[in-house]
Amino acid sequence: MAIEFELNGESVSLDVDAAMPLLWAIRDVAGLTGTKYGCGKALCGSCTVHVDGQPMRSCVVPASVAEGAKVTTIEGLTEDGDHPVQVAWRELNVAQCGYCQSGQIMSAVALLERIPNPSDADIDEAMSGNICRCGTYTRIRKAIHRAAGEKS
Amino acid sequence: MSELRKISRREFMKRTGKAGGGLVFALTFATACQPDELTVGPAAKASSSVAPNVYVNIRNDGIVEIYCHRSEMGQGIRTSLPQVIADELEADWDKVEVIQAIGHEKYGDQNTDGSTSIRNHFDLLRNAGATARDMMIAAAATMWAVPADECVAREHAVHHEGSGKSAGYGELVETADGMPQPESATFKAREDYRYIGKPMDTIDGLAFTTGRAMYGTDTVLPNMLYASIERCPAVGGTVTSFDDAAARAVAGVVDVIRMPEPTSPPVFNIQGGIAVLASNSWSATEGRKALRIEWDRGVNGEHESVAYKEALIASASAPGTTALARGDADIDTHSQHEAVYYTPYLAQAPMEPPAATAIVNDDGSCEVWASTQDPQTARNTVAATLGIEKELVTMNVTLLGGGFGRKSKPDFIAEAAWLARETGRPVMVAWSREDDIRHGYFHSVAAQYFRAGMDADGTTQSWLQRSSFPSISSTFAPGVTGPSDNELSLGALDAPWNVPNMRIEACDAKAHLRIGWLRSVCNVFHAFGACSFVDELAHVKGVDPKQHLLEMIGPARKIDPADDDAKFANYGHDLAKHPVDTGRLSGVTEKVADMAGWGRELAEGHGLGIAVHRSFLSYVAAVAEVSVDEGGKLVVHELWLAIDAGTVVNPDRVHSQLEGAGIFGMSLAMHGELTTKNGAVVEGNFDSYPMIRMNESPAEIHTHIMESDAPPGGVGEPGVPPVAPAIVNAYFAAAGKRLRELPLRNAGLT
Repeated sequence: MAIEFELNGESVSLDVDAAMPLLWAIRDVAGLTGTKYGCGKALCGSCTVHVDGQPMRSCVVPASVAEGAKVTTIEGLTEDGDHPVQVAWRELNVAQCGYCQSGQIMSAVALLERIPNPSDADIDEAMSGNICRCGTYTRIRKAIHRAAGEKS
Repeated sequence: MSELRKISRREFMKRTGKAGGGLVFALTFATACQPDELTVGPAAKASSSVAPNVYVNIRNDGIVEIYCHRSEMGQGIRTSLPQVIADELEADWDKVEVIQAIGHEKYGDQNTDGSTSIRNHFDLLRNAGATARDMMIAAAATMWAVPADECVAREHAVHHEGSGKSAGYGELVETADGMPQPESATFKAREDYRYIGKPMDTIDGLAFTTGRAMYGTDTVLPNMLYASIERCPAVGGTVTSFDDAAARAVAGVVDVIRMPEPTSPPVFNIQGGIAVLASNSWSATEGRKALRIEWDRGVNGEHESVAYKEALIASASAPGTTALARGDADIDTHSQHEAVYYTPYLAQAPMEPPAATAIVNDDGSCEVWASTQDPQTARNTVAATLGIEKELVTMNVTLLGGGFGRKSKPDFIAEAAWLARETGRPVMVAWSREDDIRHGYFHSVAAQYFRAGMDADGTTQSWLQRSSFPSISSTFAPGVTGPSDNELSLGALDAPWNVPNMRIEACDAKAHLRIGWLRSVCNVFHAFGACSFVDELAHVKGVDPKQHLLEMIGPARKIDPADDDAKFANYGHDLAKHPVDTGRLSGVTEKVADMAGWGRELAEGHGLGIAVHRSFLSYVAAVAEVSVDEGGKLVVHELWLAIDAGTVVNPDRVHSQLEGAGIFGMSLAMHGELTTKNGAVVEGNFDSYPMIRMNESPAEIHTHIMESDAPPGGVGEPGVPPVAPAIVNAYFAAAGKRLRELPLRNAGLT
């Protein structure tokens, strides 16, 4: 079936099985590979995208959920990579391998939309669904605080 | 099938612009697989170029291309390798482009494993830059008809002091073209370094933060099939029969193919199973779920980790084969203390599970894009799998979404290449998380026995250590029954303890899974056992653990395990260049204790623990501050790590590797365990094989790099081994209870 939604500000129509997880619709059908597979069970957060502004684990969300919705992936967050979160990530050289960082950034952006100046506890609560096997957590925490400071 | 309006990759790139901000980066991977990507290489902006060696190509537009022949998996080698070359070349950093090298013997060793990229290649990289610099000088001297020794290279140009002439590197390309490639050159003095030793930003930073970084799983080829493979739960097992009717009925499934049978020993070969190929990942997975397969689990089908643990402990508790002997470790002493330590199987679990894409062309040649740590072995394995010459295999190296040793083994790449030939179409093999955790090359389960004998005054007079674990060698050779000297060289045979009587023994253990490297390898359990046991001795003696640790290390001296008849590999290096230097061990121990405020008053329920270990030619000491409550909630509040890695290239990446090592070490200390039933790994995903998350992360991981002009040691791995014993020792300090098994969650700690 064709699922119509807004992907990074553009109207798209994807001919996919309604049960296909949104992750695979985005990656294999729409061809945007910035959103990553890590577990397939909403355990690691690598696949985090925004659906109508809410962070969602696209590996377990059926594509049909996107029908009529606004979906934002890491590619659509900004045109030039200049969101305060992205900038802070680069200033602190957060990433090691980088693979989980699309999901980390999407979770962090959603956190800052909800809580502009989060505490460490807020960060723990919002970011603990995102695993980084390289272990960049202390820099992620600092980068979120830095981005919050620049936004406010 | 599908339609995506308006957003093509080309348009996306057009809108977002080129990389910007300095270097052009990972986009270069996409040259062949995504023809509408940015065009790169000499033809893009320059009309000619000259290559002083295989690592450097200087274009007449002034851009210096540096070929990174090592794989990037988070250690930052795509930044630090060009730092070294650019420094000696006197190149401007913003005129450098980094190109990922294919797998080819012309680059020398490309196996990105063993923390070797800098420690084994520092001089080679300096030479690549220095000879390129000399070539530019020679070209300028020729152009100006002046002696070369009157010319100097500085800031991407050659200058002649006498005449005041200057020429940028780009201007010298034409003259340099055809000139002999210098083979050696004088290196810069340390005080003249521009980039080496400086904290340079990661060159892939923009790609990492915008989703443009291309990993093994991101290759997209026209007409590509996505494969998902059901493999036998037990290593070496085979398909008895299968029914694929339901799988073939799944929408999107194109084909179902039985894979070649596994080999024994497994090496890097395809391990059998049934592959489902589909037009997208999800259909392949759904089709695979619908397979009905009967297995013959084979010789390893009865492997049970619970029983195996008891067998390992029994093996380590009885005499083994002596690998190091000093004096008489069995002498009578005033008192003795003994303990057994146990650590389980682990999976590397990189965030990107193994992934590779391959195409076999009409002429029989094969091109591959893979997240591989070892592109030459991957190339050779593909050639052997297909029965073709390796010259017909092009091995492109993508970014790696983590490696930790898993991606040194190219079995998944062989699967992609074989399926590409079988189907006649491009094929991506992307393992699921469950595939990764259940079918990997696992970190050895290990049991260790320790016994120390003490004088009446508490001086340790004897040390006996027995180590039992299935050997990595079993993956490659038949009949392997226990640890090798090379494995004991990873943190046992270089035991630094100042004890007059010492014996280290290897105890038998037969492998039932594929055993492979995991970050820090055997150093993980050797350091866990030894540093925990030394801490036990401190408490037995009633002395401060840090002071006792320093006493056990003893006076500054250089140890040669050969003096005690040990075959010590020293990570492939001469002890003259890279000694086992106890002074450096003590140095990082003192430093980390200072950093952590060792001896300070602690909050109720808190404890500090300390550990130190030499691995991969570097020295790392760790202190952990933990607390535990009555419910068994163990919190690691802070970690401190000090490294002496000799000369370092990019301090920021060294700090980040230590921070990551702290988390990696915490994951294996707190959570990491794989168990087996009927030959199969029970755990399968991050629910049953958990990782440390943000809410468990220490508030701070403090890191320090010792100033040193010693030759470079390893960086990626040495931070891991001391972390788990530091935590366990801190737990003892906080709770008064000694834990001798990992993970700690099995002791009721969360």
